[in-house]
Amino acid sequence: MPPVNIEKIKNDEIKRQNDFCCRIFVCASTGCISSQSMEAIDALEEAVKSHDLENEIEIVPTGCMGLCARGPLVRVEVAGQKPVLYETVDPMFARLVVSEHIRPALAKSVKDYAFKLPDFLKNRTVPLDIDFFAQQQKVVLANAGDIDPESIEAYIARDGYKALEKILLNMSPEQIIEQIEKSGLRGRGGGGFPVAKKWTFARQSQAEYKYVICNGDEGDPGAYMDRSILEADPHAVLEGVLIAAYATGAQEGIFYIRAEYPLAIERMKKAIRQAKRNKLLGKNILGTEFSFDCQIRLGAGAFVCGEETALIASIEGRRGTPRPRPPYPSVKGVWDMPTCLNNVETLANVPSILRNGGDWFAQWGTGSSKGTKVFALTGKVINSGLIEIPMGLSLREVVEKIGGGSSTAKEIKAVQTGGPSGGVIKREDLDLPVCYDRFQQAGSIMGSGGMIVMDQDDSMVDIASFYLGFTVDESCGKCAPCRIGGKQLLDLLEKISQGKGTKKDIESIKLLCEAMRSASLCGLGQTAPNPVVSTLTYFENEYLEKINSEVCK
Amino acid sequence: MAKTKQQLSPIEIAAKKYARYRDPLIMVLHEIQTTRGYIPREAAFEIAKLLNVPLARIYEVITFYNYFRLKSPGKAVISVCTGTACHLKGADKLVKEFSEELDIEPGQTTDDGLFHLQSVRCVGCCGLAPVVVINEKTYGKLQPSQVPHVIAEWKEKFETETADAAS
Ligand SMILES: Cc1cc2nc3c(=O)[nH]c(=O)nc-3n(C[C@H](O)[C@H](O)[C@H](O)COP(=O)(O)O)c2cc1C
Ligand code: SF4
Ligand code: FES
Repeated sequence: MPPVNIEKIKNDEIKRQNDFCCRIFVCASTGCISSQSMEAIDALEEAVKSHDLENEIEIVPTGCMGLCARGPLVRVEVAGQKPVLYETVDPMFARLVVSEHIRPALAKSVKDYAFKLPDFLKNRTVPLDIDFFAQQQKVVLANAGDIDPESIEAYIARDGYKALEKILLNMSPEQIIEQIEKSGLRGRGGGGFPVAKKWTFARQSQAEYKYVICNGDEGDPGAYMDRSILEADPHAVLEGVLIAAYATGAQEGIFYIRAEYPLAIERMKKAIRQAKRNKLLGKNILGTEFSFDCQIRLGAGAFVCGEETALIASIEGRRGTPRPRPPYPSVKGVWDMPTCLNNVETLANVPSILRNGGDWFAQWGTGSSKGTKVFALTGKVINSGLIEIPMGLSLREVVEKIGGGSSTAKEIKAVQTGGPSGGVIKREDLDLPVCYDRFQQAGSIMGSGGMIVMDQDDSMVDIASFYLGFTVDESCGKCAPCRIGGKQLLDLLEKISQGKGTKKDIESIKLLCEAMRSASLCGLGQTAPNPVVSTLTYFENEYLEKINSEVCK
Repeated sequence: MAKTKQQLSPIEIAAKKYARYRDPLIMVLHEIQTTRGYIPREAAFEIAKLLNVPLARIYEVITFYNYFRLKSPGKAVISVCTGTACHLKGADKLVKEFSEELDIEPGQTTDDGLFHLQSVRCVGCCGLAPVVVINEKTYGKLQPSQVPHVIAEWKEKFETETADAAS
């Protein structure tokens, strides 16, 4: 059987899409679905049918469009006219969009007829030139909100699987790693380890069988980047895994995804099925010697399983407890075979880097942090949602321009990044650029992409106890510094919260933090004190206030 | 003679589905929990026999992972998101309100077997914080004052279902 003709699929799909004079894009990711976007899709379909416009209009369910707080989001694109984005589209409004916007717009088939929307429609539009969109740079999320994630043809029409074709037919594994090296891509799962280095280690490990693992366990409790990527563009992640496999010499891929993400799992399963059907997975892919297969494994609600050695234990069907490294997974991973393990977002970057070259990717960013980063911007900001920004943009621009500033009457106090392993960056430091090293110098970390904006009402002692409570709950209990130290630390914080603390307790806290950092076995215990240390460094006054006041605020 | 598909137990079907996996235990447990809502004792016994793993290891795995449940969760599982975004917007007040209204602690099921209360971490709708998920339905920007109303809504649903079943 001849290999698939990617170019032909692309051209056919583009032609199919161009046959419609109007395409309606509806966000069908978890956030918007919970704001009833499926009901909006039903209403749109009905309206299109009743106006007899099925041959003119296509309704496209898509991944996340970013403004999650204002869903369901619907974007209308009439050929030759400016796209219009609507927010909070309920079924009734959806019907009006078809009858009062699209129908008249189509009727006037004059080319650049600028359709004037009636006020009741205009009032619910979101201008597409606002800072929220203008300041972003989409690489990983380039397809999010623009294609149907459940269609391999739609992905291919956007140059999907072009990178795979390019590397399989024209590039050696070394050349691939060279491009990744040039791009400066670092792991997006929190650690920031250079991807080219990891791939080189995995490549150099001699073994009959190797694995690639995609880490979709997304542990940060308040962030949903990886989920959104898996839901919006599963084929990009799959293509990234295929490229990693060819570069490292692996035969099998494993997607480890949280069971709490049913939609992401469903879409990944579908992507794998479609890729198999198109012979982009399986034996002799694209007619080459390269053969590769994939499976999905589900996480089961243990934060520690995001840690790579615990994740591997979990895949092997055991309790997810970490083990000391080395050996690193790239030497000894699943079933003791060399395993290249990367985060979802890391892998989703790979196809566009190979398509456009490492230099293209490195055009964004700072000396040590290249490319873009996806964040889940939440908390006390007006535009809370999913964003992707070029590295190096200042936090102030993120919070004030993209986020639109404080959503309350109160001033912003700090921004938390890195979730339970991270820290706070205070208001005075908001000019800090988004960069692995600069965040670390400021006592926080880039982390996986949680970014939580806090205002004057948010207590720093509370936020420290919140994160520590989470890590104590999630500690696997294997080593004493984390198991016992964490609990003692939490008790001290609670004592202070209740107004029963003393100055001496602060000293004990500092000692405990140091002990946990240096003596814990895995990253969970080593980084668990970070939120405490960081809030204590910048907001010690809040701790002291609690100590000095009998009643806690 | 090999059993036909109808003769296979759900656990046998799950075991077959993941037969090519080197260690299918966790995936089989997922399958059981999805259909039954928890891992019943007899299911654990059957898995032990079918997959040839010691019962102790099965329970070691079930108890390690928060996702697996050993008891039936009741008809409606109320998951209050206590992720960071929801925490900052008062998730603890929602937990307290549900807890008081239903007279159960998080992790417990009401005596009539209707409601199970649990706190979960980020459900991925942080923009809508605070968020509560009940079975498949998501409630965004939920206020504690709306809690009694939400519970009543589900009770009513169950009553009509029983009435329908009876008639
Ligand atoms: C406690 C703990 C939790 C982690 N959780 C995740 C996670 O949810 N997702 C992830 O990709 N990496 C997580 N990591 C990092 C992984 O161990 C690993 O470094 C990463 O997946 C490697 O991929 P990358 O280099 O592409 O980032 C976690 C690490 C620790 C110590
Ligand atoms: S640091 Fe904590 S989570 Fe990590 S191995 Fe030790 S006890 Fe387990
Ligand atoms: S923190 Fe509650 S939905 Fe994300």
